[in-house]
Amino acid sequence: MTTTAERPQLSPGATSLDTTVVTSWKAPIAFGIFTLIALGLAVFAPRAGDTTYRWSQESDVIQVPDLVVPAQQALWAVVALLAVATLSSILRVRSKRRIPLWLVVVFAILFMFGFLTWAGAGSSLPMIGLLFGSLSLAVPLIFGSLAGVIGERAGVVNIAIEGQLLAGAFTAAVVASVTGQPWLGLIAAMVAGMLVGMVLAVFSIKYFVDQIIVGVVLNVLVTGLTSFFFSQVLAPNAATLNTPPRFDRFPIPLLGDIPIIGPVFFRQTVIVYLMYIAVALVFFGLFYTRWGLRLRAVGEHPQAADTVGINVNRTRFWNVALAGAIAGLGGTFYTIGSGIAFNKEMTAGAGFIALAAVIFGQWDPIKATLAALLFGFASNLQNTLSVIGSPVPSEFMLMLPYVVTIFAVAGFVGRSRAPAADGKPYIKS
Amino acid sequence: MSDPTEPRGDASAGGDLDPDVAIEEPGAIAPDPAPSRGAPSKPVDDDVPPPSKWHTMLRQIATGNALISVLSVVLALLVGAIMIAFTDERVQETAGYFFARPGDMLFAVWDSVAGAYTALFQGSVYNFRRDTFAAGIRPLTETLTFATPLIAGGLGVALAFRVGMFNIGGRGQMLIAASIAGWIGFAVDLPWGLHMLVALIGGLVGGAIWAAIAGVLKARTGAHEVIVTIMLNYVAFYLVSWMLRTPGLLQAPGSSNPKTPAMKDSAIFPGLLDWLAPGYNLHFGFVIALAATVLVWWILSRSSLGFKFRAVGINPNAARVAGINVKGMYVYAMLISGALLGLAGVNQVLGTVTTGFTAGIDAGIGFDAITVALLGRSTPWGTFAAGILFGAFKAGGFSMQAAEGVPIEIVLVVQSLIVLFIAAPPLVRTIFGLPDPSAKPKRRKSAKEVAK
Amino acid sequence: MKLELRGITKRFGSLVANDHIDLTVEAGEIHALLGENGAGKSTLMNVLYGLYQADDGEVLLDDEVQHFAGPGDAMAAGIGMVHQHFMLIPVFTVAENVMLGNESTKALGRLDLAAARAKVAEISSRFGFHVDPDTLVEDLPVGVQQRVEIIKALSRDARVLVFDEPTAVLTPQETDELMGMMRQLKESGTSIVFITHKLREVREVADRITVIRLGKVVGEAAPTASNAELASLMVGRAVELTVQKQEPTLGDDALVVEHLTVVDPIGQLVVNDVGFTVRRGEILAVAGVQGNGQTELTEALLGLQHRVQGSIMLDGTELIGERVRTVLESGVGFVPEDRNEDGLVGEFTIAENLMLDRSEAPPFVRFGNLQRGALADFARKMVEEFDIRTQGIDEYVQNLSGGNQQKVVLARELSRDLRLLVAAQPTRGVDVGSIEFIHKRIVAARDAGVPVVVVSTELDEVAALADRIMVMYRGRIVGIVPGDTPRDVLGLMMAGETPAEGAAA
Repeated sequence: MTTTAERPQLSPGATSLDTTVVTSWKAPIAFGIFTLIALGLAVFAPRAGDTTYRWSQESDVIQVPDLVVPAQQALWAVVALLAVATLSSILRVRSKRRIPLWLVVVFAILFMFGFLTWAGAGSSLPMIGLLFGSLSLAVPLIFGSLAGVIGERAGVVNIAIEGQLLAGAFTAAVVASVTGQPWLGLIAAMVAGMLVGMVLAVFSIKYFVDQIIVGVVLNVLVTGLTSFFFSQVLAPNAATLNTPPRFDRFPIPLLGDIPIIGPVFFRQTVIVYLMYIAVALVFFGLFYTRWGLRLRAVGEHPQAADTVGINVNRTRFWNVALAGAIAGLGGTFYTIGSGIAFNKEMTAGAGFIALAAVIFGQWDPIKATLAALLFGFASNLQNTLSVIGSPVPSEFMLMLPYVVTIFAVAGFVGRSRAPAADGKPYIKS
Repeated sequence: MSDPTEPRGDASAGGDLDPDVAIEEPGAIAPDPAPSRGAPSKPVDDDVPPPSKWHTMLRQIATGNALISVLSVVLALLVGAIMIAFTDERVQETAGYFFARPGDMLFAVWDSVAGAYTALFQGSVYNFRRDTFAAGIRPLTETLTFATPLIAGGLGVALAFRVGMFNIGGRGQMLIAASIAGWIGFAVDLPWGLHMLVALIGGLVGGAIWAAIAGVLKARTGAHEVIVTIMLNYVAFYLVSWMLRTPGLLQAPGSSNPKTPAMKDSAIFPGLLDWLAPGYNLHFGFVIALAATVLVWWILSRSSLGFKFRAVGINPNAARVAGINVKGMYVYAMLISGALLGLAGVNQVLGTVTTGFTAGIDAGIGFDAITVALLGRSTPWGTFAAGILFGAFKAGGFSMQAAEGVPIEIVLVVQSLIVLFIAAPPLVRTIFGLPDPSAKPKRRKSAKEVAK
Repeated sequence: MKLELRGITKRFGSLVANDHIDLTVEAGEIHALLGENGAGKSTLMNVLYGLYQADDGEVLLDDEVQHFAGPGDAMAAGIGMVHQHFMLIPVFTVAENVMLGNESTKALGRLDLAAARAKVAEISSRFGFHVDPDTLVEDLPVGVQQRVEIIKALSRDARVLVFDEPTAVLTPQETDELMGMMRQLKESGTSIVFITHKLREVREVADRITVIRLGKVVGEAAPTASNAELASLMVGRAVELTVQKQEPTLGDDALVVEHLTVVDPIGQLVVNDVGFTVRRGEILAVAGVQGNGQTELTEALLGLQHRVQGSIMLDGTELIGERVRTVLESGVGFVPEDRNEDGLVGEFTIAENLMLDRSEAPPFVRFGNLQRGALADFARKMVEEFDIRTQGIDEYVQNLSGGNQQKVVLARELSRDLRLLVAAQPTRGVDVGSIEFIHKRIVAARDAGVPVVVVSTELDEVAALADRIMVMYRGRIVGIVPGDTPRDVLGLMMAGETPAEGAAA
């Protein structure tokens, strides 16, 4: 019989159980698949020529020299390195050690480098344009994922991001067209997104309707409303109602002149700068302020929050409304952010990608932003590659973010834990 | 057994020994009991994927009643009417001098709304302007034609709902099914009948497998099926888009458009009303959808598989403890659900659009199917009825657009509002000033309901 | 601070959970509120704490009428509560939990964590223990989590402190420490309401005792009252605390468990190298404080745990690695610890729940078709035989009382051909009448020659049923002792102390 001889210790820290390490084969499997893909490219679709990475635009004050690599050799080198990484992950799991995050990151960057080199063989890749465009495409995704993070951290799943983006885009276009003031359009978009958020909040918090379903239905409703008014009202009066002025690009002095970083991050429109501020504020607010502490409390354990005097449903309501306003702000990117007239269903599923970014980013504002950037990068990569004549059909590039998301939610990227009360209504007594 | 010396004044004769237990046990009432009894909180085990969180919704829907459904439809149509009137040019004109001649505006409002809804009715049920009954009833057959894929898809979503899964992947499943069935339909030579059957089965298998990816990932890794199915929609869309523009796959030979050639006659669903007069679109697909409804009813209500489905849908933990293979049920459910949505896709290419299809062949039915299933309260016959209602909206919506210039998107608004209202009976009751029938939410359900 | 409740009435629909309850707690008094599960104690305290609104009656503090719209008001008035299910957020640190709802902030709205840390340190040093304010609550043992709850209440200057069933999750030793803490609080003038259904604790620490039954105050007692007096007040009649049972007729070894280890998802050995044997016709009771591996042990027996090593032999057949269905079909009956979570499908009828683990084969399924007639006949028979109080077999189980729900589970499991019965907490949340019935059925199964494993955290239940007692502590077996082992020995074992030599059976 197994017995313990010593008297039990009741001080904290001494009571943990014996442990062993639980490991998973997911990461080595995923590594293996991607290594094989790279190997397949090298063997079955060899590419001749050099790949040129261009890091500067002609207008830049400080020029960074181009990077030129011989494509096939570089790809073989990458395949070798990927194989080493895969092998090391197998050994780690074998010896019951965890796969460190840096290995995953290095693996991903290596693979991306190998792929880009292979795809761009014989031509030059305009890296500034690629990254600039990635950031631009990511803007609505980032706003959307911030909205998702706030909502889910408060315990309300926000599937209506798509609808909020669309409502924001529509309202911004109309109000800015009528008044000629993009700033008014921006505010109106936030109000519109907030209204959609409030409907979501009322139905899920007051009437306990399942949040996912309200979200889905709201997307349909907003799509229907905006498309109806577009056909019925905007299209016949396009000159007055649907010719939004745009925010101009506003290069920030000094910061905009930094090589590589400047042209990518600091020669953008005010919406992008607002995005930087929003990410910083949400991150700081969520983890370092009373607002964030309470927000997370109602999302993790609403009953506990209730017992310390926090009004759970009110907290949830206003934060879902706030999330809606942020997503609405993101919607402005489509119209007044780009100077494009509103069109039916012009957000084209961005809200769902933002949602994927939330989960991919493990409900963390910074990680979700990075995930959104990744998605923006994948979309823009497709644009760039189709310009230089990519060997991969553009559809497969467009598929990439979605496939990556499936891998992410299937847990190949590491475990993530949703807020404990996410999606659950709080029903008192 | 009970304490005889302390009769409880208000207790019903049922002999509830300790009714208070139900009050003090959080699990008995609230769906969200406090996490672990304070024990060092048990880490979430990845072995059993958590159930989807839409259960409450299903409960809400299942406990509503027919009156609420009717009132919801009325309310949604009312909102639609306001939108129609508000955007009508005549109404806007007359509103300018409303205080001078209010009658003008009221007449204009009536005119626009009545015109639109009459067109809706005549486009979906019976057209009185036609001479013969056969011609007059044609809109109804159109309604049934539009309803066919909605019913099939709605059944797919409803079945997944009952197992606790939310299949938003109808679009992808339809696209894959349509591609396979379509390819068999135009590229393979088989005798009449067999050709149709092979194409149908090919499509069902395609839809089933596409959906099962989500089922398998949920079962094996806990990946949330909502996210996976949404993502698979896009993957399917781009995959099919690529095939459609690649000669030798789906693209019509000699064409540069991303479109397939027309289906061969041997693969096309025969028309049901061709004997009546030419020009009727209703086809054999409707019979298959009807058969599918019966099948789903049998599965859910009368079969062992359905029993396990429902057990997993309501309480996967108890199902697992009772030896039911929960992960297996997730996969089976998605297989069947995907096959049903695949049926919707097959129906599109072999029945409705037989002249070749593009990447838009799903026509949003994958998403409409969700609202159909919700309106149908996830029961087979409810879904059938809801499918016909939405089919009518579609058929009527097109004629409303043609006759009155009201954009078809109004239908989307009305449909989504119906579902929202139905999901929130208290809201509808408040609006119509109805009494609340359920002072005690616990007793709201009739015990018979589940026996269906 | 003096607390007075006058005529508190709280109804849920047609149900009166609290019926004109009067209660007075003097300043610096430990007042025990004694009652069965479901007598209405927690409801009353939730009214006091502002979580529920009373339909009638008033709350007075120092003779002033209070109006609490929510817990915030109650706390501001000086009422603190240590909840039965701790109201702590597992992924927050101790300091964050303590400050939540009562946060002090610095410039820019930043949280002042330093102040919260200092407060934790100050209060814990007052009671002579140490809690690291930066540890995540989920990483703390249960006993320490409870201290965090106490710190949380005291950090808001609680003058009336309510302890709701605080000892359920504690070892006897931790319980003693808690009692010490309560006395210390009392010395400093804090009034304490101590809710429990455990007689021993009440008599040890309370100054006065109020007994509640079926939502009404049925009497007051002094701590000098005997167990029997208190018990009969609590239940309303003389209670038979032990089950009549014969000496066991022991058969062969039926269940042989060897070197069983269960690992949880984060790698903890929740069951650690456990071995024991159960013979036919014998009840082995597994005792221990909640959360010492008993749950995982029973789940492993049924095949519900995945990271399992060792051996579980039932009548010579290895069960490890088998699917749950195979284990059930080989004759294992299982009454899960949490019937709402794991035992019943709430929105299934009684009949459907009775066939829950027999959904594959005759008599209830033939050729994939449900046999509804056969099921209805069976269900009626079971309702009769197990005295399930219901409107009919088509009633949803979620509408039944706890005792009747448990009878449905028991009827389902005992109606199969059993070669082993595993019952975890078979009478938790069950009324006294049903407890007696359930105990009798379990003993009857034993007498029919079935080996039985009963897991219980209630020593009363262990004493009532056990032929032998196995005590678990932190995933390991402390010892296996005879069924008549005295409570104090068991208590020490539950805290991890090895029994005296020669006690092992």
